[in-house]
Amino acid sequence: MDQQQPPATPLQLHVPEPTGRPGVATDFSFLHVSPAGEVRRPPVDTPHSETQDLAYALIRVLDEQGRAVGPWVPDLDAVQLRRGLRAMMKTRIFDARMLIAQRQKKLSFYMQCLGEEAIAVAHSLALKAGDMCFPTYRQQGLLLARDDVSMVEMMCQLMSNERDPLKGRQLPVMYSYKRAGFFTISGNLATQFIQSVGWAMASAIKGDTKIASGWIGDGSTAESDFHTALTFAHVYRAPVILNVVNNQWAISTFQAIAGGESTTFAAKGVGCGIASLRVDGNDFLAVYAASVWAAERARRNLGPTLIEWVTYRAGPHSTSDDPSKYRPADDWQRFPLGDPIERLKVHLIGLGEWSPAQHEQARKELEAEVAAAQKEAESHGSLLDGHIPSAASMFEDVYRDMPWHLREQRQQLGV
Amino acid sequence: MLTRTEQAKLALAEAGPTQPMTMIQALRSALDVTMARDDNVVVFGEDVGYFGGVFRVTEGLQQKYGKSRCFDAPINEGGIVGAAIGMGAYGLRPIVEIQFADYFYPAADQIISEAARLRFRSAGDFTAPITIRMPCGGGIYGGQTHSQSPEAIFTHVCGLRTVMPSNPIDAKGLLISAIECDDPVIFLEPKRLYNGPFDGHHDRPVVPWSKHELCNVPEGHYTTPLESAAVFRSGAALTVLTYGTMVWVSACAAAETGIDAEIIDLRSLWPLDIQTIEASVKKTGRCVVVHEATRTCGFGAELASMVQERCFYHLEAPIERVTGWDTPYPHAQEWAYFPGPERVGAAFKRAVEA
Ligand SMILES: Cc1ncc(C[n+]2csc(CCOP(=O)(O)OP(=O)(O)O)c2C)c(N)n1
Repeated sequence: MDQQQPPATPLQLHVPEPTGRPGVATDFSFLHVSPAGEVRRPPVDTPHSETQDLAYALIRVLDEQGRAVGPWVPDLDAVQLRRGLRAMMKTRIFDARMLIAQRQKKLSFYMQCLGEEAIAVAHSLALKAGDMCFPTYRQQGLLLARDDVSMVEMMCQLMSNERDPLKGRQLPVMYSYKRAGFFTISGNLATQFIQSVGWAMASAIKGDTKIASGWIGDGSTAESDFHTALTFAHVYRAPVILNVVNNQWAISTFQAIAGGESTTFAAKGVGCGIASLRVDGNDFLAVYAASVWAAERARRNLGPTLIEWVTYRAGPHSTSDDPSKYRPADDWQRFPLGDPIERLKVHLIGLGEWSPAQHEQARKELEAEVAAAQKEAESHGSLLDGHIPSAASMFEDVYRDMPWHLREQRQQLGV
Repeated sequence: MLTRTEQAKLALAEAGPTQPMTMIQALRSALDVTMARDDNVVVFGEDVGYFGGVFRVTEGLQQKYGKSRCFDAPINEGGIVGAAIGMGAYGLRPIVEIQFADYFYPAADQIISEAARLRFRSAGDFTAPITIRMPCGGGIYGGQTHSQSPEAIFTHVCGLRTVMPSNPIDAKGLLISAIECDDPVIFLEPKRLYNGPFDGHHDRPVVPWSKHELCNVPEGHYTTPLESAAVFRSGAALTVLTYGTMVWVSACAAAETGIDAEIIDLRSLWPLDIQTIEASVKKTGRCVVVHEATRTCGFGAELASMVQERCFYHLEAPIERVTGWDTPYPHAQEWAYFPGPERVGAAFKRAVEA
């Protein structure tokens, strides 16, 4: 043995911790927030290797005063902005109503997207008819931003009632809307990420012009399907947008445990050979601009883009969760990127295209709209009052045609 | 009920001239025929493109149909199946290969949680019309990870169809049926049968498929229906429920023991052809289940309990199961593990003497 060597120090296992816990304020300096307008906007045909800096910076358009600044200011007129604001408000009001309905036991379970409304709503504006999203359970904004998906029908799914388009087979929020480019939601995290890549590959195989948009949360990036999706998207240059919604939390687990400490989720894209952006997810204009950039890249056959949307999960994980057990109660108020609805509202007011009175008026209208939808949905029954799809329908759609053993089991149940 | 020969003749009549083919050539012909008929059929997996597959099943397909129809995939089974599901949702009809059945486990989540349930959970909004091919089974000194028979894992999953051929004619007909089926199909190919039938006598020279009538495969399009078993050998003394390589081992055991066994090649494991099974057991009053897979909770347990439920008053003897032992598949002890004709024959004797 070499006598000169210092004695070996005992090794230590590193287990990341959030800075904030109940009663202790979070230090948000880990976010590395770039000032609005500061980050460059490269041409869409930029090679992935030249997006390295963008994966560590934060693309933002709206400044502290709500002005749109810098190279990412998108081409959106006041009509589109007002429509976007309204869709975000609708999403939030829908969520709030359904949360109450869950508390009243009209549905068994619910998941809000409080604080994350800008991401799905603004992203959906960058997509075209025929494109396909592969969402998680927290992108209801993709559906609520549209006019052609009825809230009543969505609520019937939530209530598992006789009008539930999924015939009572799925947990609430696990919607499926092929006609609206919204892939069937699975309880198994991350599985849809690689499926979105496969869908995009199919579009390329057929020489189509449609693109796919895959979705995943920060926590779920640790699943193998995340890495799989990046590999396949890169290898086959699939026309897909790979969205990572970093809302800082996976149930009680801080994003550092998913691998976010001292790095970014966008950086993982660059490492896999994918152009990657890190974007302020609470900035409606930035979300739209980055989505358009990625969509154009995909449509021009320039390959996939990974976008990390930096946001904050303002509400509980689900109606079964109590965040006061693991994080500060006032965390969202202190989150540096604020509230997406408030920020777009201030921007529109600054443009002279909106007013507090109009905002209040819109809120009232939407509340009435959502309440009316709920009333209609409830008229078709709910889990609570037993007006559920028939037990016989449980045996359908397992296969295209019902095999003998399922016919037999259905008879055994006497239905 | 058609015999093997009758079925072969029927297929021949339907699909034009025949060619002697090995199982590998028959499977390749199925892929070729469906790719030619349907632009939406795509084939991918590890080494299936340029090289044509480690067992040559996809040889020449990339050259003929181009790289966007037949291509190599990264070594990622979850990705191969997950991408296929996405393609299926788009409207393609993907056929993917898992190099060995022993390596499907990384794709288990995509197969079980996704492919099998897509139609159910979306109430038919989305479907997964995909075929997952995997070489399976032992008898080749493949050791622990080139010999497994994981069919029971699939037959347990609602929403999947599990299929296993035992000869070239069925291999092609069943594969075309699987590809054209709108449900996800797990297509298990006993690699021991790729080049010729195998009766378990590992010490004897292999007889190539060209020496057997079941090698005369029609060149064109034909299907062997799913959920249809075949009576491989009709008999009166007992019913043998089996599939894959064990069909040939069972036939050998019947010949060597002189027991007049009715050997049923299930072909479709699940959903299966219950009528053929029930009719046979009710006729013979005795049943032996034979598979390579390990015993406990193997597919044989389901077969035995179905026979018990449906044919109880016709049974003259306890239902026997001859299976692999409940151990990982060993290398050096291959022939002590593999249920050969001697072990199968002994079970036949016990069943008829009980
Ligand atoms: C494969 C799998 N493992 C665990 C779970 C349980 N689970 C449901 S949501 C969740 C957290 C996901 O967090 P994240 O990906 O960050 O998304 P978020 O809920 O924050 O939107 C977990 C662990 C699951 N649904 N699937």
